[in-house]
Amino acid sequence: MNDLAMHILDIVQNSISAGAKNIWIEVLVSVARDLLSISIRDDGKGMTPEMIAKVTDPYCTTRTTRKVGLGLPLFRQTAEQAGGSLSIESTLGVGTTVTANFGLNHIDRPPMGDLANAYVLLLGANPDINLILHYVTDENEFSVSTREINEALDGLPLNDPQVMRMIYEMVESNI
Amino acid sequence: MNKIRSLDDLRKMKQNLKSDISIREKSDKAEEMVRIRVAMATCGIAAGARDVMNTLLAKVEKDSLPVVVTQGGCMGYCYAEPTIEVAIPGKDPVVFGNVDSAKALEIVDKYIVGGELIDGVIPVNYQTIQEKL
Repeated sequence: MNDLAMHILDIVQNSISAGAKNIWIEVLVSVARDLLSISIRDDGKGMTPEMIAKVTDPYCTTRTTRKVGLGLPLFRQTAEQAGGSLSIESTLGVGTTVTANFGLNHIDRPPMGDLANAYVLLLGANPDINLILHYVTDENEFSVSTREINEALDGLPLNDPQVMRMIYEMVESNI
Repeated sequence: MNKIRSLDDLRKMKQNLKSDISIREKSDKAEEMVRIRVAMATCGIAAGARDVMNTLLAKVEKDSLPVVVTQGGCMGYCYAEPTIEVAIPGKDPVVFGNVDSAKALEIVDKYIVGGELIDGVIPVNYQTIQEKL
């Protein structure tokens, strides 16, 4: 994983597999607090306390095609090596929140990468899920969702490359 | 052209979109579209699936191809990531392994547009003659 946008692409897949209807991607960039925080919240099926305790173990996965699951362990490793931490809160039947905190100026914090691109790729591939991006800095705040974009575009298919590029431009100019 | 900055700009852009109608027509004929699924689990992303997906989207837009590019999960071919599954209507889906941006363009030009068979296919569903009968 070269940048944090890749981790977001990856962790959101967990929410999709959990059958989420709404997924919130919250990114906080605070120079004042020397903090970069990425939080992925969903209303999927949630996890039991036993499962939560196990998910950052690389040898834990829900899939049947292989025996390892590296998404969360890698995300935790990246956070911890950048002076931060990863926390998971989940309630069965309610949803899951994964939060990773990083030292914004930590030398080992990977770059953010192309967040707008990650958002648009997920949006285009999952038009039936309401994907909300919330981006907060010390001065600004920006929020957008699949639902709002759908309303603005009046039913244009979100997986059309030309439409995706327009959405990308809109998101990218705001973050 | 002004930059799109807000949902209102998006609304305006939509009205100016020349291909609006053709995009809608395309979405009505979803079953006639070629579907490319880029495997984007941890293994795929780490191996470069994001670049492959961006390349494919740009190619599809540039050549106005009847292709939908979407994401899939891990199919167990982690050793061959990035992998993409290409489903041409009326044909069995084919999975290509070790796909980088150059290979992705070759798959679009030669396999999807040209109809040629090319290297790099992971045999998924081998059927014996008995099974087919």
